[in-house]
This record gives sequence, C-alpha cells and structure tokens, in this order.
Amino acid sequence: MKVLNKKNLVILLAVLVVYGGVQAAIAARLIPPFYSVNLMLICVYVILATSLNLINGVTGQFSIGHAGFMAIGAYLSAIVSVKLHGPLGAAILAGGIVSAAVGFLVGLPTLRLKGDYLAITTLGVGQIVQVVFFNTNYVGGAAGFTVPRTVNWTWAFWLTVISVVIIHNFTNSTHGRACISVRENEIAAEAMGINSTKYKVMAFTLGSFLGGLAGGLYANYMYLIQPTTFSFLTSFNILVMVVLGGLGSMTGSIVGAVVMTVLSAYLSQFPEWRMVLTALLLIVVMLFRPSGLLGTKEFNLGFLGKKGESRAA
Amino acid sequence: MLLKLEHLSKSFGGLKAVADLNIEIGQGELVGLIGPNGAGKTTVFNLLTGVYEPSEGKMIFAGKDVGGLRPYQVTHRGIARTFQNIRLFGDLSVIDNVKIAFHQHAKYSAFSAILRLPSFFRSEDEMESKALALLEVFHLRGRAGEVAKNLPYGEQRRLEIARAMATEPRLLLLDEPAAGMNPQETRGLMELIRWLRDNFQLTILLIEHDMSLVMGVCERIYVLDYGMIIASGTPEEIRTDPKVIEAYLGEEAI
Ligand SMILES: Nc1ncnc2c1ncn2[C@@H]1O[C@H](COP(=O)(O)OP(=O)(O)OP(=O)(O)O)[C@@H](O)[C@H]1O
Ligand SMILES: [Mg+2]
Repeated sequence: MKVLNKKNLVILLAVLVVYGGVQAAIAARLIPPFYSVNLMLICVYVILATSLNLINGVTGQFSIGHAGFMAIGAYLSAIVSVKLHGPLGAAILAGGIVSAAVGFLVGLPTLRLKGDYLAITTLGVGQIVQVVFFNTNYVGGAAGFTVPRTVNWTWAFWLTVISVVIIHNFTNSTHGRACISVRENEIAAEAMGINSTKYKVMAFTLGSFLGGLAGGLYANYMYLIQPTTFSFLTSFNILVMVVLGGLGSMTGSIVGAVVMTVLSAYLSQFPEWRMVLTALLLIVVMLFRPSGLLGTKEFNLGFLGKKGESRAA
Repeated sequence: MLLKLEHLSKSFGGLKAVADLNIEIGQGELVGLIGPNGAGKTTVFNLLTGVYEPSEGKMIFAGKDVGGLRPYQVTHRGIARTFQNIRLFGDLSVIDNVKIAFHQHAKYSAFSAILRLPSFFRSEDEMESKALALLEVFHLRGRAGEVAKNLPYGEQRRLEIARAMATEPRLLLLDEPAAGMNPQETRGLMELIRWLRDNFQLTILLIEHDMSLVMGVCERIYVLDYGMIIASGTPEEIRTDPKVIEAYLGEEAI
C-alpha cells in the first residue's frame, strides 16, 4: 500500500499521540475549561484557515467572506440538531452541504468574470448571511440560537484531521495542480487544456463546504451562536491566519490558525490590544517575510529519507 | 486539410489586425508565418486558440469549426501553442509544468484523489513517467526538479514546447521559439522541430523572425503585412519575392 509509507506512518503516529494525549488529559480532568474551549477553537480555525487557503492561496482567488460560510454551516447544523433532533454527524454534514451549495451558486457566475469580483461578492454574502439570520426569529434572531453541546474533543479533532487530509489530497493531485496553474498563469493554464472557471468554482465550493463544517463544529460546542459572531472581523481574522502562514501553504495556514487563536485567547481581556497586536504582527511579517511565514512551501518530513509524493505546491 | 482559415478577420477598434486571411495547412506540414512587427502574426494564434473571437471568418480544424470555443476547448481538440513572451508556471518545478499539461489525459476524479483510490496512484505514476520521458526528449530531464523560472532562457523556451507537447496536440503553434536563443541553440531547435514533426505525426505552424530558422525548416511560408497575406510559397519563392523584400526582408537579405 502506497498510502502506508514511512512518512505517512510517522504523521499518523504524531496525530494519534496528540489525540490520545489530550483525550487522556481531558479524562483525568487536567484541562481547565479555558484551555478546552481554545483547543476547540484551534480545531475550528485550522479548518477555516486551511479551507480559505485552498481558495486564496492554492487557486489564487480572493475571498474575504469566509465567516459567511461558517455562519451557514453553523446555523444549518444547529437547525438540524435542535429543531429536527438529527444526529450530530448529520447536522454538521448538512451545514457543510448547504454551505457548499451557496458557494457553488455564488461562485459560478462570479468566477467566470475576469477581475476580482469574488472579493466584492463574498463580502456581500458575508453581510447578507448575517442580516438574514439576524432577522429570522426561527433561529433566534439577534438574541442568538441556543444549541446544546454535543461536540467533544474526539469530534473536533478528527473532523479537523479529515478536513486537512481532504485539502492535502486534493491539492496534491492533478486537480490541485490545475488550481495552482490557474493561480500561476491563467492564460497559460487555459492553453494547456485547463478549464479555469471549473477549477476556480471547484476550489471555492470545496472551501465553502469545509468552512461550513467548521461552522457546524463551532455551533454544536459553543452553546450559543449569534449573527454577530460571523462578522467581517471574523472573516478578516481567518484571512490574517492564511496570510501570516503564507498564501498557498497548508501547513502555514495551520501554524497561522494556532498562533492567532492562542494570541486571541491570551488577549481576550484586552480586545483593543488584540486588534493592535494583530495589525502589528501582520505589518512585521509583511515587512520581513512578505510571502508569509512559510511562503508557498510546506513543512515536510524530507529528513525521513523516503521520497514522499511529489509536491505540486 | 487539417487547418483551414477562411476570410478570417479581427479588428481592435478601428485597427484591422487581421484582414481576410485565407490559410490552408495539410496534415504533417511544417509551415512558417512571417512578417514585420505588428503585422498580426500573434493575433492569428490568439484567434486560433480562442483567446480572441474572430470579427469575421471561419476556422476549420480537422473538419470541425473551432470558432467560439474557449482556449481550453481548443486545446482538447488538439491544438497547442507556445507564447511569444514566455508563459511558464514560473514558480513551479519543471516536471510540474509538464504534468499540468497532461491534466486532460489524467484518469482519476477529484473524488478519487481525495480518497487516494488506486486509480490515483496508477494515473499519477503514469503521468510521472510520461513527463520524465518527454523531458528526456527535450534534454531537460536533469532539470525536472528545478523551479522553471530559474532555467536559462533557451531552456525555458524548450520547456514551453515540451509542455505544449504534453497536451498531445495534432497541430503545434510556435510563436517565435528562437527568440533570445544563440545561433547554436537555434540550430538545436531546428533539429528538434523537424524531429518532433517526424516522430509525432505533428503539423507545425511557426512564427519566427530568425530567417535562418524559417528558411531552414519550413516547407511553406505565408508572409503577413498589415494583417494581410502578401505572399505565400516555398522558402525559395519567398526569398526572391519583390513584395516580401520590400515589406519585410529588405534588400540586404537577398
Ligand atoms: N488586445 C489587443 N488590443 C488592441 N490591439 C491589439 C491587441 N492585440 C494586438 N493588437 C494590435 O494588433 C496588431 C498586430 O499585433 P500582433 O501582436 O498580432 O503582431 P505580431 O505580428 O505578432 O508582431 P510581433 O512580430 O511584434 O510579435 C498590432 O498593431 C497590435 O498593436
Ligand atoms: Mg507576435
């Protein structure tokens, strides 16, 4: 089996150690609530950042409304679990699918056009989604939607792993290379037989799907979701994670998501400082490493000797 | 006839870049398209490959109208091209440049890729070995892992041709393939072009300002001036045509 090479086995081992370690600590009640919330948020933001990176980094498009898709996933999954009493897995999946459908419907007309229409459209979608949930009493309106906590560490962790594996496997395939070629040079990509619109829409839809999953995870953990949670500021934060890590680098997005979430957690008492520090961090990185912490490169385990899959990114 | 352009015209505002062009190219021919700067040569390629829509006229390739198709659809029909101003995927490796051009022949879906089904590994292995074999032909195999933009200019031009060949075309359009090459590289390129035509049952239409190359490899030549064909024929006929000498070659070329 090619999947079970040395590199993948080492990664699998590391993943199991992280999962088991945290799980054991939770069972032994060693993790205070403050930390468990943030562990959960790290999972949510890792999915959000890596999926936005697929759109903005890998495919070179410019979406600035990712929180809108998170909101769709959050509210849809909440409806399925609270109103329809569906199981958690079905709720999260439903959120992802509806989010993907909205992404597809928005992306198809927008991504055919040349130029950065996607930025304007996604900004609009983010706002519209908020307004719609704000004015819908069925989901609690402005006061918010109360959702029982059914997500635990196991759900959050493995859903994150699955999302990251999906993104990695997609990116490192001929379909991912097609997306990258569109980013690199759209005219040349078309001349090489690549339907650029198709791959932009595909990346955007897959990114929206995963953003929706992250929303479902969030909604079924946080007890309460409110439209304001999914504001432009949240979209901006996700974008900062991606840019900090390096547009186009999946591992960079993971690092960006972890760093930013931890930073926000420690500065949550001082929201004004959080904004200042985020801006400062962004400026410093842009000054000294304009392509982000990792550029388009990936952390890899090349030192293990065995040749891995050839890298597209 | 593999390619037939009938009354092809293209205007940009008031400028007629291509005017009432008629060209016929048979299977396996090696044809040149020459003319002074701004004559409309690249515009002909852009029309053929769907970058621009013709203002008037028809383009028949392999018996089918290719007018109105998007560039990627034209490529799927079997027309591939290189660019006058090199358009490689500069930040990607040499081999990835070639693999991207194999994309339409890949035999697995995005779904199979995500699940890493056996079809993924089979098709990826096949693409890898096909890409390496192609790079071998172009003497670029040793460069497979290098970033494309770091290659010397001449090798970048060769890589562009290799990449176009990976789409498995029937008609190859080369836009000034020798631009920026030294005489030795140009001689190598001439042999390569002949070799490609003979080995891949390829038909080639090439634009070139380097007359040694054009006269050396082309069996037939069209001369374009102000968007119109002013002469066509064998290299010998073109070399001695007074209209061509006046418009393009100049007296010293005789
Ligand atoms: N997109 C465009 N918009 C407006 N004018 C254009 C466009 N593309 C080409 N032209 C004009 O059409 C004419 C033909 O250009 P083209 O690039 O086809 O010339 P060419 O024969 O390839 O010249 P060269 O040998 O310099 O490459 C030129 O006058 C050029 O300025
Ligand atoms: Mg030109």
